[in-house]
Amino acid sequence: MKQDIILAGVGGQGILSIATVIGSAALEQGLYLKQAEVHGMSQRGGDVQSNLRLSSDPIYSDLIPKGGADLIVSLEPMEALRYLPYLSREGWVITNTAPFVNIPDYPEMDKVMAGLDSLPRVVALDVDTMAKDLGSPRGANMVLLGAMAAVLHILEPEKLREGIRRIFARKGDAVVASNIKAFDAGLAFSQNRK
Amino acid sequence: MADKNLLLGDEALALGALHAGLSGVFAYPGTPSTEITEFIQLHPLAAQRKVHRDWSSNEKTAMEGALGMSYAGKRALVCMKHVGMNVCADPFMGSAMTGANGGLVIAACDDPSMHSSQNEQDSRFYGAFAMMPVFEPSSQQETYEMVRAAFDYSEKRGIPVLMRLTTRMAHSRAVVESGTSVREQNELKYPDNPRQWVTLPVNARVRNRQLIKDYAAFEEDAATSRFNFLRDGADKSLGIIACGIAYNYLMENFPEGCPYPVLKVSQYPFPRPLARQLAASCQTLLVLEEGQPLVEERLKGVFDTGITVHGRLDETVPRDGELTPDAVRAALGLPALEQHPASEVVAPRPPALCQGCGHRDFFTALNQVLKDYEGARVFGDIGCYTLGWMPPFHSLHTCVEMGASVTMAIGSAYSGTYPAVAVIGDSTFTHSGMTGLLDAVNGKADITVCISDNLTTGMTGGQDSAGTGRLEAICEGLGVEKEHIRTIVPLPKNYPEMEQVIREEIEYHGVSVIISRRECIQTLRRHASKK
Repeated sequence: MKQDIILAGVGGQGILSIATVIGSAALEQGLYLKQAEVHGMSQRGGDVQSNLRLSSDPIYSDLIPKGGADLIVSLEPMEALRYLPYLSREGWVITNTAPFVNIPDYPEMDKVMAGLDSLPRVVALDVDTMAKDLGSPRGANMVLLGAMAAVLHILEPEKLREGIRRIFARKGDAVVASNIKAFDAGLAFSQNRK
Repeated sequence: MADKNLLLGDEALALGALHAGLSGVFAYPGTPSTEITEFIQLHPLAAQRKVHRDWSSNEKTAMEGALGMSYAGKRALVCMKHVGMNVCADPFMGSAMTGANGGLVIAACDDPSMHSSQNEQDSRFYGAFAMMPVFEPSSQQETYEMVRAAFDYSEKRGIPVLMRLTTRMAHSRAVVESGTSVREQNELKYPDNPRQWVTLPVNARVRNRQLIKDYAAFEEDAATSRFNFLRDGADKSLGIIACGIAYNYLMENFPEGCPYPVLKVSQYPFPRPLARQLAASCQTLLVLEEGQPLVEERLKGVFDTGITVHGRLDETVPRDGELTPDAVRAALGLPALEQHPASEVVAPRPPALCQGCGHRDFFTALNQVLKDYEGARVFGDIGCYTLGWMPPFHSLHTCVEMGASVTMAIGSAYSGTYPAVAVIGDSTFTHSGMTGLLDAVNGKADITVCISDNLTTGMTGGQDSAGTGRLEAICEGLGVEKEHIRTIVPLPKNYPEMEQVIREEIEYHGVSVIISRRECIQTLRRHASKK
């Protein structure tokens, strides 16, 4: 079994925190993993992506071929669309709907949403607002992780919760609990939508 | 029992070096190499063993420091991005002549596709140039193991080893098993060939002849190296040479195994005997290599040998840019996977200076003043502030390499440019701007040097900057007149004062330095959250 994921967002949004939890869970499960990250100049408010590959067998390439991604997971709606050529025909897009506008020519929002709506398999949710409503505004990334967990068949949701507990353990029980709550909210949203 | 960790290629290299008995890492930050040194700086074993791990002022001082450590018999690692190789080329080339005593490994991280760089130069050419072996890993696990092999090889053959990573190895994470053998550091022990370390012509000529002989032996070693292998395939219509991580992209496209014979190359000099074996059964060869066509050019002869070589030169593989599984797929003649059409609504999102960054306020004030000077030219440098070229600022006219702002401003001023303004960051200034400033003082150049001081090496993630707290003293020591070393604080409320200072120093027809100082907001946030 193998799943290839493109994590997308804008530099500074923290897509790597999602990858860190998945990585921890994958390591614990004895899965093979490759994760190509973006560092350096592009982190300064530009578009960023990470290629995350999980498999029960050894993985060669650090990069996902076009048409090969099972999931695009994005913290920003336009950034989800940027990587469509990488999405496989049966692939899912899981994306935040709250735009991050730091360029003058950001497209009209209804065009962005129309682009997402035209996809056969998409879960779109406002993770920023959901996290705020849950009382953990910094948990937006974990809401998104929960939303993707519904289609991330290679790792069970409970394994990801364990990953969250490990990664956030040193920040205390309250932080762990609020991140788990955020994760569960995303998961529930996604399961209802599927 | 082995530890299992998710490590970047950079971190695997760092851990492998520590476990191989490293005594010092010498480096200047540069994407994609920075995490090697940072990993060692934070590792408890490095603290316990007192491994030298402070940042160096630039790649040249780093390379020389490491060479001194090797001279003393201990194992040293030098790390840099590819263009850092140009900065340290002098001691690097010299180190092939002195040879290594304690193991000496130079890790150069190339950045094909220029994710965060100004060119695509391929460090393997430096290896051939210096007649030095080059190791190029194809996986994170191999990186961990290879760095130990590189130290061993360096000590066995008495030669520094260049280890070449590219972005997708340096900045990609995978499971790495480590720690089953952690070796002690070397004791102090000076070379038993002391003449070789004094490169007077009388010694260097002798050494050069020896090095030429050794280089032939390095090739024989490469032909039998465990990192290089020739694997047969049933379909002889094509033979494939895959170097470093190109091997991964090749195998990615053949999940059931590659049907063609494959020569995997991760240790150079290029093992010609293995290539001859491959060509004995395959009349057509495809060369897959990350970076410039080094191997391909060596294989493509002037004479017709009846062997056809495909690769980047005939654009079977794109002539520039990093390799991808898709590019390799196309080169193999395989159809692309079915894919979604690209979205038409997506707008480009280029990197930009952070909101609240001091460079922004500096450029705003500089632009305001330069509106009144039609002939103004602003010479930029390497760092976050290079983004001052982008909208909305459009402040810079040039950016070439580390330190060039000061010296290009000098040359342009001598040609009649006025005002000639240099914009350089604090870390870049101490990396290689200081010597240029001395030239300006000695030549009484009419330039205004603006040091945009954010108290850190910002672009690479906030490493220590070598001159923090001493920039005024350095400029004064280099001979800039004290009254023309001005300090401003780049904040919107200070625009009138900033503009006045900039204007006064442009009006002064000599060397002036304006230090625009405010901490990087990224490091400021980090410091605040630590408290």
